[in-house]
Amino acid sequence: MLDRREVLGALFPDPGAYLMVAGLAGSARDAAALTGEADTLFAFGGAMGGAVPMGLGMALAAPDRKVAVVTGDGELLMNAGALASVASTMPENLSIVCIDNGRHGETGGQLGHTARRTDLAGMAEGAGLPSAMTVSDAAGLGEAAAFLEEAPGPRFVCVRVAPGPPAEYKRNWDPAECRLRFRRAWRESRTARRG
Amino acid sequence: MSLFAYVPDAGNRALVDLADAHNDTRAVLLSSEQEGIALAAGADLVGARAVVCMQSSGVGNCPNMLSLVRGGGFPMLLIVTMRGDYGEMNPWQYPMGQAVGPVLEAMGVLTYRVDADADLEPAAQAAVDAAWRGGQGVALVLSQKFLGAKPF
Repeated sequence: MLDRREVLGALFPDPGAYLMVAGLAGSARDAAALTGEADTLFAFGGAMGGAVPMGLGMALAAPDRKVAVVTGDGELLMNAGALASVASTMPENLSIVCIDNGRHGETGGQLGHTARRTDLAGMAEGAGLPSAMTVSDAAGLGEAAAFLEEAPGPRFVCVRVAPGPPAEYKRNWDPAECRLRFRRAWRESRTARRG
Repeated sequence: MSLFAYVPDAGNRALVDLADAHNDTRAVLLSSEQEGIALAAGADLVGARAVVCMQSSGVGNCPNMLSLVRGGGFPMLLIVTMRGDYGEMNPWQYPMGQAVGPVLEAMGVLTYRVDADADLEPAAQAAVDAAWRGGQGVALVLSQKFLGAKPF
């Protein structure tokens, strides 16, 4: 089974190409480690269930930028209806990656629904996303990286990983500071693009 | 304003239709109101403005996501159309309808109430200013005195 700490590096060889939202807990740490906590990463530390709808708002409001949501199975399921909102609006520039360990890692590793019968890529497909896939080994990660580049968006990748710790990363826990940091970086990137 | 995120309500139908018909705005159907809070915050991160429209019942789905307002300093404008208010005939609507004020207050969201036609424009302007000039979370609450109670 996959070690979650190897997933994001394989899926996002050029993370700077994305505006990124990370769900709380392990996903936030993995995404912060991937990007060196880029200014254009907004990582949740609470408000569980907010990652996909935040990515949706970002993708709709910035249609010329690639937006990636990185989240976990528990976080995604808390607001699974957001997948239908994504499908109804069809932002081509939105990719959702779910690191599915079948556990609530932050609260003690209690089993989640996906450790039993729930299939998240099946739910994404059922919600109406045009592209959804599940991967669970190293070869699959390569396919998923290509899928993120090529499959019609909005796209969803479920990565089944072994239970185990996320990346070691001491991230900024102040959401107000992270908001200002993101907005500043966004403004600067707009100015640079306009030249 | 670029996005009007909404869970459908009789009280916000006309507004959402207007937003959908307008070239510069887009109506976004939500499954649950709390999505709208996170969606508006996502729009804010890329310099855009989103409004979240919901029935009063939907306020009950929002509190934890409203952590983004007080904790993150995200500007937020909710348009709440009331049930469980003046003239309500459905007993199911009263508990959440009457809790709208305390729930929003508990999460640090200001409430500007509209009871009469003359209140609407100044209250809407004040709410927009509080959100995007003042950096606040604010709810424009359209009461059943203003909207009229649903006849059964």
